[in-house]
Amino acid sequence: MLKGMSRKPRARKPEIGTFDTKADGDRMAVTLTGRWDVPTVMANEPHLYKLVEDPALENAKHSVVDISGVTRLDTVGAIAVSVLRDQLARHGNAEVTGAQKAQAALLDQIATVDAQPLPQLPKTTTMDRVANLGKWAVGLWLETRELVGFFGELCVVMWGLITHPGRFRLTSTISHMQQVGLNAMPIVGLLAFLIGVVLTFISGDQLQKFGAGIFIVNLIGLGVLRELGILITAIIVAGRSGSAFTAEIGTMKVNQEVDAMRTIGLDPMEVLVIPRVIALILMLVPLGFFSDVVEVLGGALMASLTLNIPFTQFFQQFQAQVHLQHFWVGMIKAPIFAFVIAMVGCFHGMQVSGSAESVGQQTTASVVQAIFLVIVIDAIAAVVFEEIGF
Amino acid sequence: MKPVEDYEPVIQITGLKTQFGKQVVHENLDLEVRRGEVLGVVGGSGTGKSVLLREIVGLQAVNAGTINVLGTDVTHGGAEAQHALRQNWGVMFQEGALFSSLTVAQNIQVPIRELTDFPQWAQDEIARVKLAMVGLPPDAGAKLPSQISGGMKKRAGLARALALDPELLFLDEPTAGLDPISATAFDELIKNLKSSLNLTVFMVTHDLDSLVAICDRIAVLVDKRVIVGTLEELMEVDNPWIQEYFRGSRGRAALGNASSKAGPARKERI
Repeated sequence: MLKGMSRKPRARKPEIGTFDTKADGDRMAVTLTGRWDVPTVMANEPHLYKLVEDPALENAKHSVVDISGVTRLDTVGAIAVSVLRDQLARHGNAEVTGAQKAQAALLDQIATVDAQPLPQLPKTTTMDRVANLGKWAVGLWLETRELVGFFGELCVVMWGLITHPGRFRLTSTISHMQQVGLNAMPIVGLLAFLIGVVLTFISGDQLQKFGAGIFIVNLIGLGVLRELGILITAIIVAGRSGSAFTAEIGTMKVNQEVDAMRTIGLDPMEVLVIPRVIALILMLVPLGFFSDVVEVLGGALMASLTLNIPFTQFFQQFQAQVHLQHFWVGMIKAPIFAFVIAMVGCFHGMQVSGSAESVGQQTTASVVQAIFLVIVIDAIAAVVFEEIGF
Repeated sequence: MKPVEDYEPVIQITGLKTQFGKQVVHENLDLEVRRGEVLGVVGGSGTGKSVLLREIVGLQAVNAGTINVLGTDVTHGGAEAQHALRQNWGVMFQEGALFSSLTVAQNIQVPIRELTDFPQWAQDEIARVKLAMVGLPPDAGAKLPSQISGGMKKRAGLARALALDPELLFLDEPTAGLDPISATAFDELIKNLKSSLNLTVFMVTHDLDSLVAICDRIAVLVDKRVIVGTLEELMEVDNPWIQEYFRGSRGRAALGNASSKAGPARKERI
């Protein structure tokens, strides 16, 4: 408390209130004058503290805090006065005199405020941590169940659209195709190119130690076409479009737009979810192909620069060694990834409840879950394709 | 500090112009808020009531004109002048605008922590007093904003605005979205706080009952400018919007209640 004068900028008014003490035998008078507000209390705090700690105060059996000269008393000033009175009252009786009507009312209000300490947020105990672990596990299970339920609902609505194609929203789908496909091309292209360059740069160096520099073509070809091209694209799209799906639908839920749709008789699944899912499925395939091409080009460029493999030799080797099936292994995963990303994105959007805060939480959850699922599915696919020798 | 006297201007706006693209919201707007009054600001949708409030508290730049608050030019003043001003005003936003990661008590302590060096016990004491002042139970202090109702959020927002006992209080639609009982209670609260803390209040509102109950003067935004006056004066103004506003069925109802209930009380105000 004895911090002295404040370092922080003071209020614009330079004048601050003062206090004066006068002891007379067992009588003690503290006279406050001027403004007693935040700046005054800040400036006088250490001195007041010194006053109430003074051992000489023990003689003061009758204390008076005279505030008749106070021109402005705010809550902080009133708290200071009331604390001062309580401190003086430790040794005898103490009273506040000279209060105007409004000041007396303020002091009364402070006196009536419950003297109990302000309740704090309960501290987390070890037991709470254990309980939280349980809650988390149950929550995970419930969410998984709901996600599966959402998947089922999605399938049912999709089947409905197949039997009634007239209900399909073409304009909305095309607009989403532009947003998730065309508009994503620059970032996907740039990152894919860089991955191709880095991959060649690092592994080419190692291969050259064995005099096997030319095999960089096989490595790039297989690695990119089977795995990396589509995986990188899927991760970028999950971060870029999956999160956007959650945020868009989530905001609409907070605005009660989704509720409004339901009351009008529109199915949010049909209007919001299906166009996004279809758009992403349709666009992730060409996006993945684009990524494959750019990554291989990046690899070829780096191979010609650092490994002295000219473009013609690179692509001759590519044609001879990298079979079409590797391309299909990568491409077949694109619609699956797209479906998972779009479904998770929309699911979390629909999970948003009430507050804007929950939009943020669900968006984070959506991206993490989409990337997690994409990598898990990719790993499973790698094992399956390996086993069937494809 | 000059002695408190009648008609001392606290906010002075001259020649204000606000424009969004081609749409001019305010043009050549002059307004004066006097010390110790409650000024109600009304106007149709899109007339820039909230924009005016945002401009006064420096959240929005003006296109032309000056705004002077407590002797500081907020439109052209430096950052330091504006910083000093922040201790002397409190703003309550429509939904309370409480920081969602902090408890109600911590929310009230944010301005105290930022602008003073008070020890924790004193901050707790201030928070406790402010909670009581706005009529919240002490245990509301430990709750997060998501755990309390809309009306309580407004009260907590008011408590935060009052944390450092400002001279000037800005309220953006304080009673919007409250049920009539809570709205009346809120009006009472503002009236009481105004007299006990000697506040000047700038209140944007749509609520005719609050206008009648607590406002000393009313500023009506029409034709990109303001017309200011007491309720009685405004009733005589020959403007179709103002006539419609006060003489419409809701206006008549609010005024009728007021004259039967709070007639004498109104006369003792300026």
